[in-house]
Amino acid sequence: MEKDLIIQPALKRTTLLPAFSTRSMRTNRWLERILAFVFLAPSLLLFSIFLFYPLIKSVYLSMNLTDPRGRVVQYVGLRNFTDLLTSELFYKSITVTLSFILLTVPTGIILSLILAWLAHTRLRGVQLFRFVFSLPMAISVGTGSIIWMVLYHPTLGTLNYFLSLLHIAPINWLSDPNWALLSIALMTVWMNLGFQFIVLLSGMQGVSEDIYDSAQIDGAGPLRTFFNLTIPLITPSIFFVTVVSMIGAFQAFGQINILTKGGPMNSTNVMVFNIYQDAFVNYRFGTGSAQALLLFFIVLILTLIQFKVLEKKVHYQ
Amino acid sequence: MIMNRMNKGLLYLVLLIASCLILFPLLYTLSSSFMTNGESATYPPRMLPSHLNWDNYMSVIQTIPVLRFIGNSFIVSTLIMLGQIVTASTAAYAFAFLRFPGKTFLFALFLATMMIPWEVIMIPNYLTIKNWNLLDSYTGLIIPFVASAFGTFLLRQSFLQLPGELFEAARIDGCGHVRIFLSLVLPLSTPAIATLGVYSFLNHWNMYLWPLLITNKEEMRTVQIGISMLQFEEMTSWNLVLAGVVTVMIPSLLLLVLGLKPLVRGITAGALKG
Repeated sequence: MEKDLIIQPALKRTTLLPAFSTRSMRTNRWLERILAFVFLAPSLLLFSIFLFYPLIKSVYLSMNLTDPRGRVVQYVGLRNFTDLLTSELFYKSITVTLSFILLTVPTGIILSLILAWLAHTRLRGVQLFRFVFSLPMAISVGTGSIIWMVLYHPTLGTLNYFLSLLHIAPINWLSDPNWALLSIALMTVWMNLGFQFIVLLSGMQGVSEDIYDSAQIDGAGPLRTFFNLTIPLITPSIFFVTVVSMIGAFQAFGQINILTKGGPMNSTNVMVFNIYQDAFVNYRFGTGSAQALLLFFIVLILTLIQFKVLEKKVHYQ
Repeated sequence: MIMNRMNKGLLYLVLLIASCLILFPLLYTLSSSFMTNGESATYPPRMLPSHLNWDNYMSVIQTIPVLRFIGNSFIVSTLIMLGQIVTASTAAYAFAFLRFPGKTFLFALFLATMMIPWEVIMIPNYLTIKNWNLLDSYTGLIIPFVASAFGTFLLRQSFLQLPGELFEAARIDGCGHVRIFLSLVLPLSTPAIATLGVYSFLNHWNMYLWPLLITNKEEMRTVQIGISMLQFEEMTSWNLVLAGVVTVMIPSLLLLVLGLKPLVRGITAGALKG
């Protein structure tokens, strides 16, 4: 496993070059610069058009009103933002987004941590289980949502059938405002499990076996080894999964668009869905951009907090 | 080490139960896709079809142009993947081996682009593509994703781990950078390039929001959007919808089988210690 980030670049190598005459050295250096430019140009050009320019354009759009074709018709300053910050729907969508994150991220990480721990053994056939656990990674949000739509069907779906076997009354998984967000969260946890499992498993595989052996000699049981050794040693992986999953949860859109369209009663109206509605259904690109920027700041602040607070607890070898 | 302590059988049992829970939605999908209309509409729901009935797959192909959707997704994901490999490997080479002013700054800039969330820039990007009259075109689906900061980062890390003596030898033999890049660095980094390839192909095969925004014509839809068309047209017969779902899943499942190993290694190397 490649352990560390190698930051020191090629300096050492290039200075070892045989020195020819100073003149050819100089042309060489220029050639190198030109080549570097040629090599970087495609990426830089694309980033400028599709990342940096739109970032600035978003800020500009957020301070204007637009027509349905996206042309700016009126400068409104910060009104889009103040409108949002006084709108109940906007706060509702923030609450929904945060609840969605709380429902999906910790659950997913705990489950995949357990799965990775179970699959991190030398049992015969464990490869097969590893493959099964990582399968959801290959499922796209489009297909995953349709599968769950069928499972969640109120009268003919299998989930309600299983409940009826247990003599539990059927649940309107997607049309009951109390259940809709939970149902979306459940299918999201399932969909994310594969990726989280893979990252955590490869984290565990990076820990040297000697540590476990010595723990065993000391007489530590499997549970104690798990909590006192495995978890602290793979904190870098756990940290990575947490940050990535949280950012992913903020961006959840496909399952909501297919399964509930933000309803019932806005109970699944997460911020990204609200942005999509504003910008691409109601053609209000201005407020859409303003919301997107606010979302960006929320994500940024939460990510920074995670880095500040959690990373101190992360144990890098 | 857990093994010695715990009953082996118990561990297998737990693994098996977990596998069943995770697999259930997929197995149910597969099984329903072979049911007849009557079988799929019964209550209590059947778990297995009475026989393998391929009719649903035939009608999926007749109802929606699913092969066209798969073709579209294949073209789009493959071109994005190849594009990312080209742009990321050249940029990574520049960052790893070339000396030029502003290198640190540019590298930091590249890394910073990974922080920009897609939602913030999607509205202007949509407007750009619209202004260029690229709605409903392959170019419009592909071009915003051809450069990848993640890919550049991943490849740079792996380039820097190649043995330095090789380059010195090549230099003394009079090889220029372009030749070193093409005939040394690229072939030696095939594992990392494969990782980037699998990762990028899967990601863009599964892309949902962008194709939803910029394609309206049926013949330009990608599988992920196309498959939700089935949902609206044929919501009464699940067996058919689920046959469509299975058809769409097959390519990504195959890729996962082939690409799981390099992917695991790549994610660990590139991202974890970032």
